[in-house]
Amino acid sequence: MNSPFSERLDRRTALKWMATAAASVTLAPRNFAQQKSGVPAATGTIVEAYSGPGYGTDPDLLKDYKPGELWPLSFDAHQRQTAAVLCGLIIPADSKSPSAADLKVHDFIDEWISSPYPDQAGDRRIILEGLSQLDQLCVSRFQAKFVDLKSTQQHEVCDLLAVMPTIKAGDAAAQAEAKVLQPGRRFFKRFRDLTAGGFYSTPEGFKDIGYIGNVPLAAFPKPPSDLLARLGLPTDA
Amino acid sequence: MPQITAQEAKSEYDVIIVGSGAGGGQTAYTLTMEGVKVLMLEAGRSYDPVKETPMFKQGPSAPLLGASTPDKPFGFYDSTVDGGWTVPGEPYVRASEGRENQFNWWRARMTGGRTNHWGRLSFRNGPYDFKPRSRDGLGFDWPLDYEDVAPYYDKVEQLIGVYGNNDGLENTPNSPAGVLLPPPAPRVGERLVQHRVKKIGIPVVAAHRAVLTKRQDAENIPAKLHPNNPKAQRLLRESMQSRAACFWATPCGRGCSIKATYQSTTVHLPPALASGNLDLVPNAMVREVLVGKDGKAEGILFVDKTTGQEVRVRARAVVLAASAAETVRIMLNSKSALFPEGVANSSGLVGKYLMDTVGAKLAGQFPAMENLPPLNEDGAGGAHVYAPWWLYKEQLAGKLNFARGYHIEFASAGRAPGMGTGSGLENLNGGGSWGQRFKEDVRRYQGSIFGFSGRGEMIPNEGSYCELDPVVKDKWGIPVLRFHWKWSDHELNQAAHMQQTFKEMIEASGGRVWGKQPEAHGRDAIHPGGDIIHEVGGALMGDNKRKSVTDQWCRTWDVPNLYLTDGAPFVSNADKNPTLTLMALAWRASDHLVGELKRGNL
Repeated sequence: MNSPFSERLDRRTALKWMATAAASVTLAPRNFAQQKSGVPAATGTIVEAYSGPGYGTDPDLLKDYKPGELWPLSFDAHQRQTAAVLCGLIIPADSKSPSAADLKVHDFIDEWISSPYPDQAGDRRIILEGLSQLDQLCVSRFQAKFVDLKSTQQHEVCDLLAVMPTIKAGDAAAQAEAKVLQPGRRFFKRFRDLTAGGFYSTPEGFKDIGYIGNVPLAAFPKPPSDLLARLGLPTDA
Repeated sequence: MPQITAQEAKSEYDVIIVGSGAGGGQTAYTLTMEGVKVLMLEAGRSYDPVKETPMFKQGPSAPLLGASTPDKPFGFYDSTVDGGWTVPGEPYVRASEGRENQFNWWRARMTGGRTNHWGRLSFRNGPYDFKPRSRDGLGFDWPLDYEDVAPYYDKVEQLIGVYGNNDGLENTPNSPAGVLLPPPAPRVGERLVQHRVKKIGIPVVAAHRAVLTKRQDAENIPAKLHPNNPKAQRLLRESMQSRAACFWATPCGRGCSIKATYQSTTVHLPPALASGNLDLVPNAMVREVLVGKDGKAEGILFVDKTTGQEVRVRARAVVLAASAAETVRIMLNSKSALFPEGVANSSGLVGKYLMDTVGAKLAGQFPAMENLPPLNEDGAGGAHVYAPWWLYKEQLAGKLNFARGYHIEFASAGRAPGMGTGSGLENLNGGGSWGQRFKEDVRRYQGSIFGFSGRGEMIPNEGSYCELDPVVKDKWGIPVLRFHWKWSDHELNQAAHMQQTFKEMIEASGGRVWGKQPEAHGRDAIHPGGDIIHEVGGALMGDNKRKSVTDQWCRTWDVPNLYLTDGAPFVSNADKNPTLTLMALAWRASDHLVGELKRGNL
């Protein structure tokens, strides 16, 4: 599908976004063992502990931590406002739960991207650069930054960035458009992932999703028979 | 946890035990119940799960919502202290890199070691598992049979509390009536898979896990475990009465302050300490076993980490239970005129035949599980069901391209939200959504995606071993280990088979593979060595002192008062997770040690 919106995306922004994508940082694997260079060749690779900043290997697990308590946050006032608006658009309030902005998920995202650990370094880049490029896109299209757009305009931006379109082979125009929008969509996807992770980890998010665990029970019940019947499963065992 | 300092340790004990995890804990328990005076040395800090476990804490209370970091690789609330894939100040060396040739070493530096965070799966080895070479010509046979270990499985299961059923499946032994606790009711997703994979011939039965689904029988079990020993009976009864049954909430890997799961710190150590026969010194980094001119172990030399001073303690016997590789390290570092290649290493086999478990995984998305009503499926915090290895006959008939089995674990309690919730839905909802539609998509799909993991037997091979690195030392000046790692085609083919099986299971259950498809080659499917944290071997037991390090009692051939009661003497590493077997063998070895002490042989 060819969107008239993307045709108006200015070339400079498009090129910048593409450069961002090319410079993307691969997330570190689960094993964080650090490798030291310059050790005697005969011995192999020395596997040493992470020694950078952080909460250490024996933190107090019983304490409640708040964003900004363990390491400084990154967002300036405008970035924070943009992130809050985006959180509220991605997960708005409805009859079941408040919005991600109401729960200050943008502060969690700030904590996440400000982390001193290597696993979040890629996200820091994607989010900070993405927020700035989001404004560039909005200025080129609507002559205003994202937070200053009318809600219909913000929705238009979300529609454009939220969906990874399926492109028919041989549709060169669609491919070119997708290539231009790829960094913005990548930012949006990662921002949405972080928003969802932050939102659904809260008690309000648990309730929204129907997670009613983490409470002590006297007995663990078998699933309701009507549910098992609905799934075509035996109800007697 | 009561403890003493290095300075307060007496100059002489009956037995010194190095390590406080499953092996050290079981050994200390058995010995102290029999009146043996024991000193336990733990390299990590003193840890008390009753006071320190973050029960019920939720993401927003933790940094990064509790996500894993280099400091806490299994997440902020994982119980592991000062450890994980690395330990500060205690490096190790990999002789080779590459996915197929690396070994990752998980350690914990705390009382109870890795038992605080482990998965609690507790399966018995079967008769085949002790005689694998006789069955297929590969690896080695153990110098004992299932029947030799069975009474100790009975004891350990009753001591720690294990839920499960007796299903009578091939090489998957039953426990005697009344030994196992009732398994929890399977969850919806577990039932779905269990029911649907019947048609492709895969049995799904109750898992066995060390979680109290009801309180232990504190009136009757102590007399069964300690006949004619009123003091031990009383101590065990009191310990059992202090343990609550599972209340079906808060993940086991954080530890359990109500003592509903087995941890050395909640089950083995409290009665051992209450006996008055155990002194526990934390922060004691053991450097070497001291050997006398008569060739017997005299004691231990350790570094008191609180002062940096070296301390010597003496005993009539020494037990190493520091974890398979750490025990090897201590042995290789214990050089003397009698044992220039390390204590009890006349065979040259110390460090050889290190094993882990073969692991591979695949995820599925199940339309039948979409839009489920709210349900509390936390359950016992781990698997309620699993699939034991079911193709013994096909394997024996040569129909498979790998020689040993695997079992399947799958986790359907996926409704507990976390950092991954809502991620990847663009693959299901037409490319991605936002706003109200996104909220509804998450409600629909959350809980419909869950993973399958295989846990398979690795056959010991000559390319998987550890040795002392000639150069690198830890911060205490103690030479560190260098690991070499290799898989054979048996493991690689097995890992590929696992993923194909998971795909068949997912599809038989009406689902589709989620994320990565099965790999064409096992080398791309298998987890790196050590990743499953089932490190065993390195000081194999046998019936020939030239071809093994210990006898069937975990006693080293060369040094009659030196025992190894962790995973080091394992001759094979069946797909059954090793901890239960390790404890059964530790109890058996401890009985032997008590006998030797009583007979005045040590």
